[in-house]
This record gives sequence, C-alpha cells and structure tokens, in this order.
Amino acid sequence: MISFTDQQLERYSRHIILNNVGIEGQLKIMQGKVLIIGVGGLGSPAALYLAAAGVGTIGIVDADKVDLSNLQRQIIHFTSDLQKTKTQSAFEKMKALNPDVHVNTYHLRVTAENIREIIRDYDFVIDGTDNFPAKFLINDACVMEGIPFSHGGILRFSGQTMTVVPAESACYRCSFPEPPPKNAVPTCAEAGILGVVAGMLGTIQAAEALKYLIKQGSLLTNALLTFDALKMDFRKVALRKRADCPLCGENPTILRLEDIEQAVCELKR
Amino acid sequence: MIIYVNGEPQEIKQQPFTVADLLVLNQVEMPEMVSVQLNGEFVKREDYQTIQINDGDEIDFLYFMGGGAR
Repeated sequence: MISFTDQQLERYSRHIILNNVGIEGQLKIMQGKVLIIGVGGLGSPAALYLAAAGVGTIGIVDADKVDLSNLQRQIIHFTSDLQKTKTQSAFEKMKALNPDVHVNTYHLRVTAENIREIIRDYDFVIDGTDNFPAKFLINDACVMEGIPFSHGGILRFSGQTMTVVPAESACYRCSFPEPPPKNAVPTCAEAGILGVVAGMLGTIQAAEALKYLIKQGSLLTNALLTFDALKMDFRKVALRKRADCPLCGENPTILRLEDIEQAVCELKR
Repeated sequence: MIIYVNGEPQEIKQQPFTVADLLVLNQVEMPEMVSVQLNGEFVKREDYQTIQINDGDEIDFLYFMGGGAR
C-alpha cells in the first residue's frame, strides 16, 4: 500500500481536492502503468502531463533521435537535445518534472515480434505514432492482448482520436479495416502540421489514460472525435463494434500480428 | 431530398443516389483515404456503387489521419 508523503499531498493537492479523484483516485494514478508509443508530437504532451499527474510507471517507446524540425511541436524535446535519442530526452524531462515517476525507455520501433511483450506490462497504451503500419499494429496487438488504448492522428489543422477497450468497444479496424494504400498517404513533408494541434490531441489522449486509471466519467469509446482547429469545430461521430470486423468480430480473419509494409513519411531526420 | 453529410444538411436532386455518387459530388479525390458510415453503420467499399442514400440519411466520412511522432 502506497502512503502519501507530505510533499506528495502538496504536489497532487489539486487532484486530491477533486470529487472524482480524491486520495483513492490519486492512489490509482500512482499505481497505474501507461505506455506511450512515439514520443513525438502526440507523445510529448502526453508524457509530460502523465508524469506531472504522478502515473506510477510510464513507458516511452521511440527509435528516433531529436531533429531540429521536431522542435516546432514536440515540446518535451529542447534545442539542447538535438541528436539525443527521443527516449533519453523525454526521460530526462519527465524525471525532472516528477522524480516519483518510474520511466521505462524503449529505444526501438514496435514490430509484430516485440510489441505484445512490451504492452503486456501496461494498463493503458497511447498511440502517438506517425504511420499507419504502426497504428494498425498497435490496434491489433492491444485487441489481442486485451489492453485498452487511445488512437490518435493529426494532419495539418485537424486531429482525430478514439479510445478502444478491447472486446467491449469498436476497434480501429471496425471503421478502418485495412491500411490505406501507400500512394494515397500524403507524406508529413507534403501535409504539414500546426504544432499546437499535436498538443491538443496528445492532451486528450492523456486525459483518456487518466480517466481509465481512476475509472471516472466515460471514455471516448464507440466514437471518433475529430476537430478542425482552423474553425475550432469539434465533432464526435458514433461508431459501432462490427460483428464482421476482421479483427475483433465474430469470425476474425486476422489471427496473428504481421508487419505491414509501407513507407513511412519521408522527412529529413 | 435532404441528407446530412458530416452533420451538415445537403440538398440532393439526383435519384437514385448511391454512396459512390455522394463521394463524387463531395469531390472526395481519394476514396481510399475515407471510410463511410451510413446512419451509423459502416459501409463496405464494395457496396459503394449499390447502396442507396435516402431522404434524411446521415452520412459520415471518416478520414484516415496519421501523423504524430516524426
């Protein structure tokens, strides 16, 4: 049983004062384990907020190094971090923000080989990746392992997110059965992204992780939230879990994980 | 007839009117990048040409959105 030090009572006082959190909720947060895949535009704010919230164990997965073109939106990385691995850079900020938090770093790319073993140690997964092979892999692995996760995507001035609780709610493949064809995907360099849009979306994903840990409110399940920051329009489209989903339906055709071949967006790193 | 596309009313004069027709009308250039829901039900790509849209129907285009890390 974790007991609170005076410093922790002070640090988390604005959580503890909330009716829906309290001492019990903060305890759940401190016992929680969240994995963030991709410490980039989405993962940066998620990692910072979850560390600030005192999530007991946070895993961060990323194979990349910090590049100058990342800094416009990936706020966990600073100019002094250029050429550091993103996991090391993020680790340092998270520990500096909250030394209570245990941070596991995985300097690697998730693959069909390694992903199930990694996610198994966590209560909730945040998808902060930048490409569809990874997004489908995370969806498939989380459904197979029964681990809830938050899907997130951003493009130009828009973002979309949904939370998946395997076996209970619609999965990503219920609405997007197959990855888009290679030639249909605009590259990051072509599309661009308003930096703050990444922060808006990553923060929503972190909120979902915290709500899942404290079991309060209702998750963004069976719905796709999309927003357009240009008009500041937010829209929630109801989704349904499909009986004929190739992954989570009654007669699934996807029975094991496979790496999907697709060029990730080409950008100078 | 009036239909609702992503929550916005749209007047349609063409009859009959299929999901494929709607994609053309809304100038969806890359149908591969969109999933279609009709009254909350997922529509399979192979049914776009045959499934008809009727007065009052609600259609949602769900776009693939990648991005995030790099």
